[in-house]
Amino acid sequence: MSRFEAMDGNAATAEAMRQINPDVVPAYPITPQTSTVQTFSQFVADGEVDTEFIRVESEHSAMAACIGASAAGGRVMTATSANGLALMWEMVYIAASNRTPIVMTVVNRALSGPINIHCDHSDSMGARDAGWIQLFGENPQEGYDNCIQAVRIAEHEDVLLPVMSMYDGFITSHGLERVQIEDDGAIKDFVGPFTAHEALLDVDHPVTYGPLDFYDFYMEHKRQQVEGMKHARRVILEVAADFEKRFGRHYGFFDGYRLDDAELALVVLSSTAGTARSVVDDLRSQGLKVGLLKPRVFRPFPAEELADALRDKAVVGVMDRSDSFGALGGPLFMELSAAFKIHDVPAKTVDYVFGLGGRDTTPDQIESVFRDLAGIAETGKIQQPVTYLGVRE
Amino acid sequence: MVNPNAGWKEIPWGGKIVEAGNAREYETGSWRAQQPVVDQETCINCLECWVFCPDVSIDVKDGEMVGFHLRFCKGCGICASICPVEAITMVAEAEAEGS
Amino acid sequence: MATALKLKELYKKEDRLTPGHRLCAGCAAPIIVRQILTAIDEPVVLANATGCLEVSTTIYPYTAWDVPWIHTAFETAASTISGVETMYRSLVKQGKIEDRGIKFVAFGGDGGTYDIGIQALSGMMERGHKALYVCYNNEAYMNTGIQRSGATPLGAWTTTSPVGRVIPGKPRPRKDLTAIAAAHDIPYAAQAAPHKWRDLMKKVRKAVAANGASFMNVLSSCNRGWRHETDQTIEVTRLAVETCYWPLYEVEDGEWKLTYRPKEKLPIEEFLKPQGRFRHLFSEENKHIIGQLQTGVDRKWRKLLERCGEEE
Repeated sequence: MSRFEAMDGNAATAEAMRQINPDVVPAYPITPQTSTVQTFSQFVADGEVDTEFIRVESEHSAMAACIGASAAGGRVMTATSANGLALMWEMVYIAASNRTPIVMTVVNRALSGPINIHCDHSDSMGARDAGWIQLFGENPQEGYDNCIQAVRIAEHEDVLLPVMSMYDGFITSHGLERVQIEDDGAIKDFVGPFTAHEALLDVDHPVTYGPLDFYDFYMEHKRQQVEGMKHARRVILEVAADFEKRFGRHYGFFDGYRLDDAELALVVLSSTAGTARSVVDDLRSQGLKVGLLKPRVFRPFPAEELADALRDKAVVGVMDRSDSFGALGGPLFMELSAAFKIHDVPAKTVDYVFGLGGRDTTPDQIESVFRDLAGIAETGKIQQPVTYLGVRE
Repeated sequence: MVNPNAGWKEIPWGGKIVEAGNAREYETGSWRAQQPVVDQETCINCLECWVFCPDVSIDVKDGEMVGFHLRFCKGCGICASICPVEAITMVAEAEAEGS
Repeated sequence: MATALKLKELYKKEDRLTPGHRLCAGCAAPIIVRQILTAIDEPVVLANATGCLEVSTTIYPYTAWDVPWIHTAFETAASTISGVETMYRSLVKQGKIEDRGIKFVAFGGDGGTYDIGIQALSGMMERGHKALYVCYNNEAYMNTGIQRSGATPLGAWTTTSPVGRVIPGKPRPRKDLTAIAAAHDIPYAAQAAPHKWRDLMKKVRKAVAANGASFMNVLSSCNRGWRHETDQTIEVTRLAVETCYWPLYEVEDGEWKLTYRPKEKLPIEEFLKPQGRFRHLFSEENKHIIGQLQTGVDRKWRKLLERCGEEE
């Protein structure tokens, strides 16, 4: 039987990890991920899991140990944030290239500098080209659900790619909410046993992992990763469908709210979608046809599906919780704009960079974004393609 | 062995090499400028050359040093230099081929 | 019964590192690796840092490894083997796989060990993973073309400690990584050299039998970087040991022990002379550096004798 508990995102993630019961967890503490590692340490200390926990001396070693452990032939999970993810950068790419199906929770936090411990998406957005599947969750429940689904997605034999499951630092990681926790047996059943592919520990069938790969084969191996990502699109939906069948909660590539008949749409990731929903309701009550789209899957980027969902909108505003300095705007905006171009979506698009380093984003600000979009719809003119919300001049 | 023209669909995922030790199919003997020659009369079969050969190129049968794996020997000369009874000499590759 | 450490027995064992690898002619690294893997009778799983040994043995689609082997990055041999070894313990504990008595060995050059990988190595040793870390130490970054590392000795020429009009080679002595490893209170740490193959193999056996992390620092001549003839590889490591530049010792559960003492300690010049990387030290204006090298060797040797409870 499932149960409801008041939990923050990190506790819910630790609970998911307990139920998944991975064979090895190498992890290093970093704010705001720390309480996940602490809680899971207690599970290990109390013998509630079979997991061997490697308390590594850095995130770089955490990911290196994850790759070694995964290649050895078992289920591996870890968690990090911000500078921790940045320190493991080199290994993040190697994990994907080696096709090691590691699941990593990334509690989103701003990258230094100056040093800041609060939420933005610069950490995981910086890793968007590393070859990992990326899922963004809005609240502790989605953090829990995504963590569990990530195991099935990563380990699917047509995918074999590592998965990052994100949620917002402090807002979600430390915010108590009601979370539906499923039965241990049901989760065990859902994730199933780990199937090793060419395990290092199979000493009777020795395998060489990570050879020197020159121009004659490197590109073929990269092309294979592309194929894994292509399959991931299908597998993510299959896993979500099975999850919904068993547990009743629906997941897809993204989640629309009052979107179908909306003329003005806002696209925003993670916890800010919650605030945006209430703004949508307020403006709808004032007669404005506004709606919201919250992407869940950022890699593989569901370009065609997003284009179809937003095709008939007059104006689409994107809210990016990270910037790509010197580029055309934040990463979500750029990807979506490219998707619109490729799939012939006529909607005008405009970007709002917000919430960097944990800067508060108020309903008023989100309302001002919708008012902006309404102005663009009326005049047909974009005054400013990228706006920095809530920054003092 | 993976075909040099194999496409991405035909090779194992993740750059893994599943044919352990297939470097045996790669000959390094062509690197050689000089070649070891053993005088079997002098050799005492101590097998020191076997333990110091970087290229696994000392041929030992039934406890006796019987020659060299010239497919792989790179001609470094370590065997000749460490041989305690000076049974191994290095000769120029061209000369060895001529003889 | 372990295979006797006799060449007449050892040659019968399967080659775990195969011929057809592309390390340079006369390289000491494959000699050391063969000795290590021959000494171990149990199944092995290996990790390898980026470096000469890694690139030259696994040029895709070829591999010279007839045993499971993984490379991830330059500084990660210790952290990668930590993950592999831990997965083994986990799966065996859970009854998911059989206990085959697998031994775990990581190889790294001095660049990957003394410098960029020292943090991961320190972590592996502190956590006590049951794995042997071997540094095949050729005293510079040879894979990228002979750049100085923390293992490069005082005065040595490398491409980043060149001999110039003002600075004659590396201005600082090497660090003592074996002592640093021993300071982690691991059950076994040792220094070895390939010319003393039986001594090396005995150490390997103790290392892999240790109940915890073990470390071996093995002097590995690189004829390209040390600038000597390809056939002098073994001789030059012998001179390193006979001059006490590279003493052979072990630290077992905190007990320091010399495993070989030269009958007559040769002057450091004997080690320097055959190597082009030290040629400039023999000029009049640089001779004082040889004096400094000798003083350094003498001081370390005295300290080592003291630690080992040996008379001077």
